[in-house]
Amino acid sequence: MATVLNRKDFVSNQEVRWCPGCGDYAILAAVQKTMPEFGVAPENTVFISGIGCSSRFPYYMNTYGFHTIHGRAPAIATGLKISRPDLDVWVVTGDGDGLSIGGNHLIHVLRRNVDIKILLFNNRIYGLTKGQYSPTSEVGKITKSTPAGSIDFPFNPITVALGTHGTFVARSIDIEQKHLGEMLKRAHEHRGTSFIEILQNCSIFNEGAFNDVTDKALKADHQLVLEHGKPLIFGKNRDKGIRMNGMRPEAVQLSATVTEKDLVVHDETNLSLAFMLGHFEPPLPTPVGVFYAVSRPTYDGAVNQQLVDAKAKQGAGDLRALLGKGDTWTVN
Amino acid sequence: MAVPPEAAGQAAESHESVAPKPHLKRDQVVIRFAGDSGDGMQLTGMQFTSESALAGNDIATLPDYPAEIRAPQGTLAGVSGFQLNFSSNEVFTPGDEPNVLVAMNPAALRTNLEDLQPNAVIIVDCEAFNESNIKRAGYTSNPLTDHSLDKFQVIEVDVTKLTSLAVHGLGLNNRAAFRCRNMFVLGMLSWLFQRPIDATIISLKNRFKKVPELLEANIRVLTAGYNYGETTEMFASSYEVPAAHIAPGLYRNITGNSATALGFVAAAVKAGRPLFLGSYPITPASDILHDLAGYKNFPVYTFQAEDEIAGVCSAIGAAFGGAIAITTTSGPGMNLKGEAIGLAMKVELPIVITDVQRAGPSTGMPTKPEQADLMQAMYGRHGESPVPIIAASTPADCFDCAFEAVRIAVKYMTPVILLTDGQLANGAEPWLLPDPDKLAPIKVEFATNPEGFLPYARDPETLSRPWAVPGTKGLEHRIGGLSGENLTGNVSHSPANNELMVRTRARKVEGIKREIPPIEVFGDASGGDLVVLGWGSTFGPIREAVKRVRAKGKKVSHVHLRYLNPMPGDLSETLKRFKQVMVAEMNMGQLLKLVRAEYLIDAFGFNKIQGRPFKVSEIENRINRVLEG
Repeated sequence: MATVLNRKDFVSNQEVRWCPGCGDYAILAAVQKTMPEFGVAPENTVFISGIGCSSRFPYYMNTYGFHTIHGRAPAIATGLKISRPDLDVWVVTGDGDGLSIGGNHLIHVLRRNVDIKILLFNNRIYGLTKGQYSPTSEVGKITKSTPAGSIDFPFNPITVALGTHGTFVARSIDIEQKHLGEMLKRAHEHRGTSFIEILQNCSIFNEGAFNDVTDKALKADHQLVLEHGKPLIFGKNRDKGIRMNGMRPEAVQLSATVTEKDLVVHDETNLSLAFMLGHFEPPLPTPVGVFYAVSRPTYDGAVNQQLVDAKAKQGAGDLRALLGKGDTWTVN
Repeated sequence: MAVPPEAAGQAAESHESVAPKPHLKRDQVVIRFAGDSGDGMQLTGMQFTSESALAGNDIATLPDYPAEIRAPQGTLAGVSGFQLNFSSNEVFTPGDEPNVLVAMNPAALRTNLEDLQPNAVIIVDCEAFNESNIKRAGYTSNPLTDHSLDKFQVIEVDVTKLTSLAVHGLGLNNRAAFRCRNMFVLGMLSWLFQRPIDATIISLKNRFKKVPELLEANIRVLTAGYNYGETTEMFASSYEVPAAHIAPGLYRNITGNSATALGFVAAAVKAGRPLFLGSYPITPASDILHDLAGYKNFPVYTFQAEDEIAGVCSAIGAAFGGAIAITTTSGPGMNLKGEAIGLAMKVELPIVITDVQRAGPSTGMPTKPEQADLMQAMYGRHGESPVPIIAASTPADCFDCAFEAVRIAVKYMTPVILLTDGQLANGAEPWLLPDPDKLAPIKVEFATNPEGFLPYARDPETLSRPWAVPGTKGLEHRIGGLSGENLTGNVSHSPANNELMVRTRARKVEGIKREIPPIEVFGDASGGDLVVLGWGSTFGPIREAVKRVRAKGKKVSHVHLRYLNPMPGDLSETLKRFKQVMVAEMNMGQLLKLVRAEYLIDAFGFNKIQGRPFKVSEIENRINRVLEG
């Protein structure tokens, strides 16, 4: 791209209509701020969404956009990307859209490794339908539909994505603008399906859902920022780390006897490590960053290669020859 | 021999003379090949069809697959059949009642017996009629000896033994030898109906290119069967069905599913765009996916999706990107696709949904045809969701209808539903190859000018909106399922705007009427005592039945619909010229309801919901009863 793009190139003329205090505003801001850096023109960028609060996202981007039906965005994006590999295709979904009604499409797009970027806004609640528990809500959650507490065991979006052998799996946080921007960049650079779970606050129906990792006073002790090749260190004073105790991870205080050398070093290409980190729950810190990133041929790339190969082998399609294929006979 | 009864008495020569044996002329013969699903009956049938086509007959065929992939050998559930109607006249159906049945085992005999014409010829492999096979077929005694077949002409041939003798010395094991039996039958029938076997030998050479010992075996058995027919006393004469008067040109035999696939490829080529199929395997539609997967170099994208919903959704995504996008399915899949079709209708993107209808409800009889998805195609979505519907009437017509469906979809920026059914999908007929240069052009014009661009501005004539594909600078816009403002498409909950948009989309679809050609009445356009109205695969039996009653001087006509939504503008006035209107369809009366509701015509129905097409005789008898009052 010759022309320099800026944030305004990605801002549509539509009034943004999420609830005041919604984490989606922060995500939109990060995306609009980061996209110009990719150097991809707005006309070559497409945002596709399903249904839910998050799925209003495409209306606010001055790119091509498609607000589709509940859960189906990955399938629609797959059809577009296969037939138009030249486009930059993004999917915006939520915990209900992506993991409940659209769970099937999400796992299949990940396993195929279609070169699309998926942003899953996880607020652990159904917001648009005004407050029912979601597939990521914690057990015991009291909502309108679960007055006695939810009894569903929740999905963990990271381990679901890892379970499909998704080739890029990351987590970030709505209000962590810098980190989120970095994750968006990494996701965009990756060839294949990029999956980012974005922890997102719902100020109306699930206020403070991720308080421990977002609250300024608490987060340093509850957030573990993953960096490839670096030891797993966290804490306000960066004095805590993750060490293996046999086959089990444990949080340890760094000291004269426990040093960085004893800690686990993050390796984005290690699926077993990614799974282990994906399963972290309190009292272990919540990891954010890239859990897993490996290279594997993309589905859309392979499909288009088959077309190229077929043409090389058989020549360009000849309709007359095709219609007259097989046993024919002439009637005089 | 009694093949077939309408030609009885034409035997000019005595069969007592020495060779060559006499040829008897016949107008039409219906043969059904039946055996275990592993007996190669489909192949035998198709090969005999090719021989008949090469001999210049008009033909129609229908395979009858068992629902199970491979049911236990010798059981009723495992019987696979293939029926062929070949004639020196125009043929409209695969035939009501076979004159000839080839039964490779007792189960094949038992499942097909009730369909036969009285006095039909039954050719059986007598070695297969052993005690265990007889018992497995549910017979308590051997039908070949208990006189239960006395009203038929049974010809017992020891096919298994003769086959094994023919391959003697080739070193084939018993199983491989046994599998050549179908070629003995084919050879025998080729002699019986005076079909040269050269074409079959060529086809075998292609098929067994890499296995010379099997090629040798099959050719030996085929030839042995042919010679057996000629030299034994079993057949007193052979038969000849002379060539039919068929429009000149280059032909091939084609099934409905193959024709559908080719129609879509042709449409994409004419539109100058890639074809994209998103589909989930389902009987009886999967062959369209299989065929298209082989046409990648056109280019054709085939995406085997994770489910029916992803099938149609991926097509919607491809249409958004500017491809000729289609999905294929059958009834259960249509249920699942409904919401997405509604989305395509609302955002106004062109896709074609092919529903190869099968017998329902629910899982129903997947391999059997029905026409009970018409109402689903019309109304199977929430809200006001008009979608154009067209239906193919014969296997070859699937090509034209697939092509037409794409043309309408692109011209009007709308999803279009193409209805075929299991009968059309697997049935075959000779197809006069169309000249690609003479196919109507399909004009695709993407919007490119940003000045004053509005995604829902409309063409004043067609009411179609612009197709503005991603990648076009300055046309960035958002579409979606939420109610959209006129012209901009921006989200709007304005009550008046919503009604305007609902009515506009309905007017757009209704406007397709203007280009539907005038109705062609088969019979008397000016009217008469009765008109039989049909759609889809009932074309053949209705046309043949109406022909027969008209030959007897009855004032009966036939009107067949390709366009079901909107229906032709002259349908009402055409039907009103007749004293009575009978709608014959393989459902409980779905077109009937539409016609009655739309035109206040007091039509009545003739319905069959057996997963089997109408027999010509059923419609003929019904017409006669109606006329008798």
